[in-house]
Amino acid sequence: MSEQLTGAQALIRALEHAGVDTVFGIPGGAILPAYDPMLDSTQIRHILVRHEQGAGHAAQGYAAASGKTGVCMATSGPGATNLVTPIADAYMDSVPMVAITGQVAGAAIGTDAFQEADIRGITMPITKHNFLVTDPADIATTIAEAFHIASTGRPGPVLVDVTKDAMQTTGVDFHWPTELALPGYRPVTRPHPKQVREAARLIAAAEKPVLYVGGGVIRAQASPELKELAELLGIPVVTTLMARGALPDSHALHFGMPGMHGSVSAVGALQRSDLLITLGARFDDRVTGKLDSFAPDAKVIHADIDPAEIGKNRAADVPIVGDCKEVITDLIAALRTEIASTGRTPSYDAWRHQLESVRAKYPVAYDDPEDGTLSPQYVIERIGQIAGPDAIYTAGVGQHQMWSAHYLPFEKPRHWLNSGGLGTMGYAVPAAMGAKVARPDKTVWAIDGDGCFQMTNQELVTCALEGIPIKVAVINNQSLGMVRQWQTLFYDKRYSNTDLHSARIPDFAKLAEAMGGVGLRCSDKDSVDATIDKAMSVTDQPVVVDFVVHRDAMVWPMVAAGVSNDEIQIARDMAPKWDGEEL
Amino acid sequence: MSKHTLSILVENKHGVLARVAALISRRGFNIDSLAVGPTEHPEVSRMTIAVSVDEQPLEQITKQLNKLVNVIKIVELEPTQTVQRELLLVKVKADTLTRGQVLETVQLFRAKVVDVAPDAITIEATGNPEKLEAMLRVLEPFGVRELVQSGMVAIGRGSRSISDRTLRPVPVPPPHVQSGPPNVQARPVDHAQHAGSAQPVSPHHPVPAPPPGRSAVVPNQH
Repeated sequence: MSEQLTGAQALIRALEHAGVDTVFGIPGGAILPAYDPMLDSTQIRHILVRHEQGAGHAAQGYAAASGKTGVCMATSGPGATNLVTPIADAYMDSVPMVAITGQVAGAAIGTDAFQEADIRGITMPITKHNFLVTDPADIATTIAEAFHIASTGRPGPVLVDVTKDAMQTTGVDFHWPTELALPGYRPVTRPHPKQVREAARLIAAAEKPVLYVGGGVIRAQASPELKELAELLGIPVVTTLMARGALPDSHALHFGMPGMHGSVSAVGALQRSDLLITLGARFDDRVTGKLDSFAPDAKVIHADIDPAEIGKNRAADVPIVGDCKEVITDLIAALRTEIASTGRTPSYDAWRHQLESVRAKYPVAYDDPEDGTLSPQYVIERIGQIAGPDAIYTAGVGQHQMWSAHYLPFEKPRHWLNSGGLGTMGYAVPAAMGAKVARPDKTVWAIDGDGCFQMTNQELVTCALEGIPIKVAVINNQSLGMVRQWQTLFYDKRYSNTDLHSARIPDFAKLAEAMGGVGLRCSDKDSVDATIDKAMSVTDQPVVVDFVVHRDAMVWPMVAAGVSNDEIQIARDMAPKWDGEEL
Repeated sequence: MSKHTLSILVENKHGVLARVAALISRRGFNIDSLAVGPTEHPEVSRMTIAVSVDEQPLEQITKQLNKLVNVIKIVELEPTQTVQRELLLVKVKADTLTRGQVLETVQLFRAKVVDVAPDAITIEATGNPEKLEAMLRVLEPFGVRELVQSGMVAIGRGSRSISDRTLRPVPVPPPHVQSGPPNVQARPVDHAQHAGSAQPVSPHHPVPAPPPGRSAVVPNQH
């Protein structure tokens, strides 16, 4: 069964077959043919963004909020290179995404033609895989392969570059393949039973185990299994920046976020642990600090769907390759068997009580600024309390991101979207746009910084015109706050090029209005709630709140770069008291 | 650091060499030698890569290479169980006085003369890297005018083949409709395709048993 189409029609038809309902993109010369049949598709909603970077981050936000594969589209040359940042971001954070780019005609490739860029070559190191399609007969199969690769195994971005003449060819036989031949692509999802049994034995023998949970648990949709595993034996849990919401923050076994700006209880739990049960995490340098002093007494169980992550940074005593959902399910069964066969149920009560006392003694906290200006942490905390754990939150990168990670209520997976690996400033607004499109039923808040917001705010126009009513909180400290914090701490308060002067210029509220949204401004504590309520009441337009906050607020706790996590400070020159070796 | 020889079976597709070479380079490794060519299966090419690395980074580089979609299989060839060959063409100064001695060297190393000029001889030699190195040491005093060398190729001894059972494509179903929360304006594309896809489609597909052979990567330490 086949029908005769143009290459461009085949492309759109293939996207429909892949189940695509939304494409974020901008047309241009080389991708033009694809946009003609796009107009006829009743399945695909194309959202015309204002910058290709916005299309990419929107596709990421769409994917992260829904679990589906996000799709973005751009033309050749500059259109394609503008996608590079979101593609790299999706690669670092394992976001399933398919990017489709137009390419100059096959005969013009390599001639430095107008708007030619070797985007396949450029994106080789930052995609899970990429394709250059020159033969229109390959379009359907390539799209099917792209979606399969992007969404299975360790998810990631796949780029499909299609030449203009391939799209213009007529009389193309359209076949949606029933099988894909990918002899070199066989992701392992089933964990090896022997390894799982060994892991169960280690857990039963441990005295101070910790579940070190990463974004893989979110991607594998393994939150219910994680909760069951933690509760089975009462094992403390820490969730990394990418895993916030994998276990509810309110859960008694949750001890916070580890890492450079992690809570004392989470960092301490890892440092003093004798067994890390690592699930879908990758021992990132922001979590481990100085690697050779990270969790020095711990054995390591490392489960990940990507074999290359295991042993990359930290040697694993028990490596387990597999999908986190299946790994945890099997691990629960193996632990039950272990308990039944030994007749002994391990108890970690003493360890847990130790951590509970640390958590009670060193909660993540802040002081209001002495000069009466607004506390950024307070603003974020109130947004979280008013919008609640059912809202989806996105963040940019920097201080506001870390405060968001600490002070927002994370009770569910896929409600916290941020740029963890690449650290892309400007992620928040377009990602919120994508999330809102994927989950129109949800309130979506972008918690952004004044620096970040000025990188990608043009997508508010898209939101206004396309009916995507996101909410943006600009945590405006008039500076590149995280860099400024480092200058305060490590560069003798020499504030080189971190002052953005954004108290007045730009006027964020007016900017929001100019772009078709509602603009609000708030600079004192007493009106924070009323301002958030007002923002919450706007449901048909994007709304931006300019929260003018204290500029010297810092992110604490903090482990300085390159030192051991044992050197964590809860405020400047204030280390937590470990009470000898009590912890 | 120790020398390792990796045989990599790859899909015979455009750009695969660039992927493999760039990956090795960006992970901070140097390739000592690289050879690529066709195999007994037209859709498969074979690369032989010699690298000098420690065990731990070798494992990491192999795992990273295995992640490339076009890489089908990687096998580390043990030198004692392997036949290794390089091809070398060298132009050596040789006049009437020295030609005899040069020809003696050619015979000693079972090489061949492929071109003669009044003042030079071009020699073709094949062998393992050590033999060729030894021959070059002997020829050097005569004056090497030009030298070109192929990458090493290697094949395991005995009757086993690293490519016999690994190259059957694994059929996997393409994505149909993505699972997840409510769609906007979803229109069934092809009813035959979509029959029975009401429940969320698992993002995974069944994985066949790992391929036989001495895989250089041990994903699950069995």
